[in-house]
Amino acid sequence: MAKPMALSGNFAAAYATKQINPHVVAAYPITPQTLMMEKFSEYVANGEVDTELVCVESEHSAMSACIGAAAAGGRVITSTAANGLALMFEVVYIAASLRLPITMCVMNRALSGPINIHGDHSDSMGTRDSGWIQIFNENAQEVYDTMFQAVRIGEHKDVMLPVMVNFDGFITSHKFERVDTLDDAAVRDYVGTYTPEHSLLDTEDPVTYGPLDLFDYYFEHKRQQVDAMRNALPVAREVLTSYARETGQNEYDIIEAYHLDDADVAIVALSSTAGTAKFVVDRMRAEGKKVGLLKIRLFRPFPVEAVREALAGVKQVAVLDRSDSFGAYGGPVFAEVRNALYDAESRPGIVDYIYGLGGRDINAVDIEGVYNRMLSASGRMAGDVQYLGVRGD
Amino acid sequence: MASLKELTEREERLTGGHRLCAGCGASIIVRQILQATNYPVVVSCATGCLEVSTTIYPYTAWKNPFIHNAFENSAVTCSGAEAMFRAKKRTGEIPADKKVKFIAFGGDGGTYDIGIQSLSGAMERGHDMLYVCYNNEAYMNTGIQRSSATPLGAATTTSPAGTVIPGKKEYPKDLTEVMAGHHLPYVCQASPGYFQDLIKKVETAMEIEGPKFMNTLSPCPRGWRHANDAAIRISKLAVDCCFWPLYEVRNDTYALTGQSKLIADGKKEKVPLAEYLKPQGRFKHLLAPKNKELLDSIQEEVDRRWERLVKLSKL
Amino acid sequence: MNEKTWKEIPIGGLILDAGNAAEYHTGDWRTERPVHILDKCKHCMFCWICCPDSAVIVKDKKMVGIDYDYCKGCGICKDVCPFDAIEMTIEGTED
Repeated sequence: MAKPMALSGNFAAAYATKQINPHVVAAYPITPQTLMMEKFSEYVANGEVDTELVCVESEHSAMSACIGAAAAGGRVITSTAANGLALMFEVVYIAASLRLPITMCVMNRALSGPINIHGDHSDSMGTRDSGWIQIFNENAQEVYDTMFQAVRIGEHKDVMLPVMVNFDGFITSHKFERVDTLDDAAVRDYVGTYTPEHSLLDTEDPVTYGPLDLFDYYFEHKRQQVDAMRNALPVAREVLTSYARETGQNEYDIIEAYHLDDADVAIVALSSTAGTAKFVVDRMRAEGKKVGLLKIRLFRPFPVEAVREALAGVKQVAVLDRSDSFGAYGGPVFAEVRNALYDAESRPGIVDYIYGLGGRDINAVDIEGVYNRMLSASGRMAGDVQYLGVRGD
Repeated sequence: MASLKELTEREERLTGGHRLCAGCGASIIVRQILQATNYPVVVSCATGCLEVSTTIYPYTAWKNPFIHNAFENSAVTCSGAEAMFRAKKRTGEIPADKKVKFIAFGGDGGTYDIGIQSLSGAMERGHDMLYVCYNNEAYMNTGIQRSSATPLGAATTTSPAGTVIPGKKEYPKDLTEVMAGHHLPYVCQASPGYFQDLIKKVETAMEIEGPKFMNTLSPCPRGWRHANDAAIRISKLAVDCCFWPLYEVRNDTYALTGQSKLIADGKKEKVPLAEYLKPQGRFKHLLAPKNKELLDSIQEEVDRRWERLVKLSKL
Repeated sequence: MNEKTWKEIPIGGLILDAGNAAEYHTGDWRTERPVHILDKCKHCMFCWICCPDSAVIVKDKKMVGIDYDYCKGCGICKDVCPFDAIEMTIEGTED
């Protein structure tokens, strides 16, 4: 039975981690992630979990310890943000290439420099090619449910990849909301036990992890990762869409289409901004304006077909990117969505708004402005990359 | 201590067919350590000669579980596996009485330099593991560049003996002492030349619960420019001249061991540093008459460090 | 060896055949060849414990010879032998 609790994103992640009761958690504190680890440390101190908590001396070591632990054949969870994710960049790739289904919360925060502690997506976007599955979450409820889904997706035998559970630093990590929680037994049933095929601790059947892999086999191992990512898409869709049926919780999918069916114009956004956009959509719909929203939950693997289908019939799209990709044509979400639409039967106009860097607020008025610009455009808007909410533009 | 003959009856855990250079010290050290224990082991290894040469896909020379993660994180990777072992004992997935020993290897680059943070962290956290540095005193795998373990005066490719600068300008960091400063249950220094001493130290370490650190000198024929058959006699000379003393620190108590104890007790002769330098091309320039002053000053520093250690061992 | 496709190898770069480096013979690196002289050998095992290539063959606590599949000819066994029970010869001149 679902029990409502008042939880922040961090506490939702910590509570979900407690219920998963992983073998090992290894992490290093960084704002805005700290409260998750502090809360989890309390669970450990009070004997509420079986977890071995490894308080390492850096994020590089956090992921390295997770790799050693996961290779030793058990369930492993960590969390980080921003510079912490950047510091562990090397081993983030290694975790994926060793095919270790580690779950990592990333409380998305702007990368230095200059140093900033607030939310944007530059950290996770920097690792979007690392071979991790990436799920972006709108609110604490999604964070809570995604933790369990992440375990299921990552550990699926056809996948065996690590999963990043992303949510907006401070906006989601620190805001308290109502979260409907499952009881411990329901979580236990849902995530099940994890017994990988190979383990370092199996001294009777020794395995070598991480050999030198040269031009004769490296490419084949990378090709396997491609295959795993391809498998991850249907597996994720199945896990997400069956979640409500299995747990009684909310309905989920890899994308969320909000009033898109008859929309003339649409915004594409990730994470908490999608929540604000829904509020704007409701208001503008009440005024009779045909606006819609596409929230992308699964960013890696990128759901090309789902995005294309969702936007079919829309005449004009504006992508909201909470990180830039310096020197590229627009931000990372724009690049993916525009790419997905290239083969669409009728391509909508598509523009990009880079917004909210370093935690700069985006509010309903900003989003309404984006919709109104699309609605009032005399023709098709295309190829435009603008900066929303920056002084001087 | 088990006799060498007894050790031969144990299964070899590092097979032949690895591709370390002929006469390499690293694989001698690994064999001596693994033969010295009967427990099942899980090994982690930093990027470096040992790792690349023993695990060239699709081949592995390791008959025990092995993991290489990256260059700077052998210690913490091992600590992660050890944490999983403890967690699985707690959940009952692994029987409470099962014994597995965790050993992390790293060269001096992966230990003294890029991996020192990971090592320090893993030791401070108290994981039940043995970290072994096979110290060949430079970045050999990338082509003999200087490290913080490289002795003063040694020629490397980034501290060459030039017409103006005679090799590396700085004394090496004393990592064994850095680790002693962590107040671990067991810290020791060993040399494969004195293998009885090394084996005894491994046996000791394996019976101590908690974090253990072992620093072993690891001759490198390519980097040290010595004959292929010289690893053992040179690693003995390093001890005989007190450049690389054999000692152990158990719960902050220092004790010289083996040959070094005999030297301190006046039962064996302390040989001049030059005897150790002579067979090695990396030190050739130090023996030229124009560098006599420099050689004398290095001898003084070796003596100073040795005498300090002797004093510590009498505390 | 047969080079396999990505569908035929374990995922993650794992090597499941522990110790299969033994299939890779490094003996052909050798330029000098150690020869064991049984008459002089006291089976002290110094050569065995100092061999970098696990190439000293011991049976029932007796040194019985060199494994030329792996011996790279470094000569450490000769160097550490207190009894001159190993001689180095130039590879290819034996018989």
